[in-house]
Amino acid sequence: MGPGLRRGDDKGSGMEHAISVNPWASLAYLVAGVCFILALRGLSSPASSQRGNRFGIIGMTIAVVTTLVTHVPTFRAGIDWVTVAEILAAIGIGAAIGLVTARRIAMTDMPQLVAAFHSLVGLAAVLVAAAAYLNPQAFGIADMVIPMIGQPFAVIHQVSRVEMGLGVAIGAITFSGSVIAFLKLNGNMGGKPIMLPGRHVINLAVLAGILGLIAYFTTDQSAWVFWTITALSFAIGFLLIIPIGGADMPVVVSMLNSYSGWAAAAMGFTLHNSAMIITGALVGSSGAILSYIMCRAMNRSFISVIAGGFGADTGGGGAAAATDRPWKRGSAEDAAFLLSQAEQVIIVPGYGMAVAQAQHVLREMGDKLKEHGVRIKYAIHPVAGRMPGHMNVLLAEANVPYDDVFELEDINSEFAQTDVAFVIGANDVTNPAAKTDKTSPIYGMPVLDVEKAKTVLFIKRSMGGVGYAGVDNDVFYMDNTMMLLSDAKKMVEEIVKSLD
Amino acid sequence: MDFISILSIFVLACFVGYFVVWAVTPALHTPLMAVTNAISSVIIVGALIAAAAVGLGGSGAVSKGLGLVAVALASVNIFGGFAVTARMLAMYKKKERPAVVSK
Repeated sequence: MGPGLRRGDDKGSGMEHAISVNPWASLAYLVAGVCFILALRGLSSPASSQRGNRFGIIGMTIAVVTTLVTHVPTFRAGIDWVTVAEILAAIGIGAAIGLVTARRIAMTDMPQLVAAFHSLVGLAAVLVAAAAYLNPQAFGIADMVIPMIGQPFAVIHQVSRVEMGLGVAIGAITFSGSVIAFLKLNGNMGGKPIMLPGRHVINLAVLAGILGLIAYFTTDQSAWVFWTITALSFAIGFLLIIPIGGADMPVVVSMLNSYSGWAAAAMGFTLHNSAMIITGALVGSSGAILSYIMCRAMNRSFISVIAGGFGADTGGGGAAAATDRPWKRGSAEDAAFLLSQAEQVIIVPGYGMAVAQAQHVLREMGDKLKEHGVRIKYAIHPVAGRMPGHMNVLLAEANVPYDDVFELEDINSEFAQTDVAFVIGANDVTNPAAKTDKTSPIYGMPVLDVEKAKTVLFIKRSMGGVGYAGVDNDVFYMDNTMMLLSDAKKMVEEIVKSLD
Repeated sequence: MDFISILSIFVLACFVGYFVVWAVTPALHTPLMAVTNAISSVIIVGALIAAAAVGLGGSGAVSKGLGLVAVALASVNIFGGFAVTARMLAMYKKKERPAVVSK
């Protein structure tokens, strides 16, 4: 890489590979890429994470400034200030919207926000690819052909056409998929999967159509090919996410995260830009690894998640039998008594805690119990919530120290020595059927062994509802379980009052 | 840069990404998504090139316009992404007193 690779310049098309002409610019982009690596590296511990974020900001600044310095047109009279003003105005508008959103967003709405942000990356990728298609010379990816008769026209390099086609396709899928994910997470659209008849056939046909057109694009750079690829990709993003239910959203959000990275990488190939390629690879692998972790935590294959339909109508047999079995109901006072007498309490939060916004009052309860000399720990299942790490952020927001918060593998053995397991807003992730019942749809999923605790306090809205997997939970009916039927926040508030 | 050099960077960066991301603590997976989202907006580089290009003819002007819109969209992401990550990371605190009352 670097200098010495500019053979294109000699072909008489002075614009070719204009992007990498300046070796200092290439070097700057490389430094930006390294900064992005360090940004992710910083996230290996909360202590170094803020420094990591600053590296990210530095890297982005380097990339933007380098591009502006090398690409803003200069005339004999000086810099083209009109263009500079236009660009700064665009950045200013974006910055204002971004900063206000970032400041105002509630932590419980983080999954929606991330989905919305992914859609913007996708759309930006589509626009950049379209801009490159319309004005390929500006990107140094075309040769001018001057025919004997008629206007001169630009012929886009074949490799660039493939890269551009992939970039626009992945960008469009990221965009429409993220919009659907956003609508589902934000509650504008039901969380239940929507199943189209014959959707697998339709999806595969559309996918094959996109790949076929990208191949054909190398021989024919007509506008209809480019725009059909774009339109089909928008459609497939929509079709892919529509049938996926709410509980699978952690996988979907991670997957779209990955796609936004691959889109950036594809455009990096088009522009021969190392910062974009490095970033795209980082983000792409990050999203892919998170999807893998989420799938493993649900004991489901990536394919089955993408095929969709989980939690739609799983017979309902288990749910119907739910209320026939005896169970014990407790009051807030009972719960407060049990909790205050305990030596160790493990709190198991789930999506219901986020919905009820109960994290602050939960931390208050933890503080009160600590005053009583109770040891408090939090157990987080990897798929609790709607995105990876969702529960951790909410607990952090409520000022729960992060060394009180444990991952599944680290704490699961401790339930047997624990007096009270306090389940709030979680259900499927505590279901022992995952360990014993081979016919259960969640069989094989790693779960938190709450039933091993001396007492289980289970906060739930009502006995009727079942978790997203649509399966009944044996923990409800155990002798050592006390059901606390109420809104999560209200129940914890009452417990806090009783603790005084 | 020729295609093979670019591909080399890409493949090596994928490996770097693999190891770096596995090292991220699960508690920070949400900030990880927010920050990767912010840095994937490095696509703004392409948007800036389009926006700064001298737009000749109809398609040139359209290209410039698309570039400017893309610059604005990517900026939302860059500023919003880094700001929201910073806000989240500021919340992760260590216990003030390491000594637990009981024990």
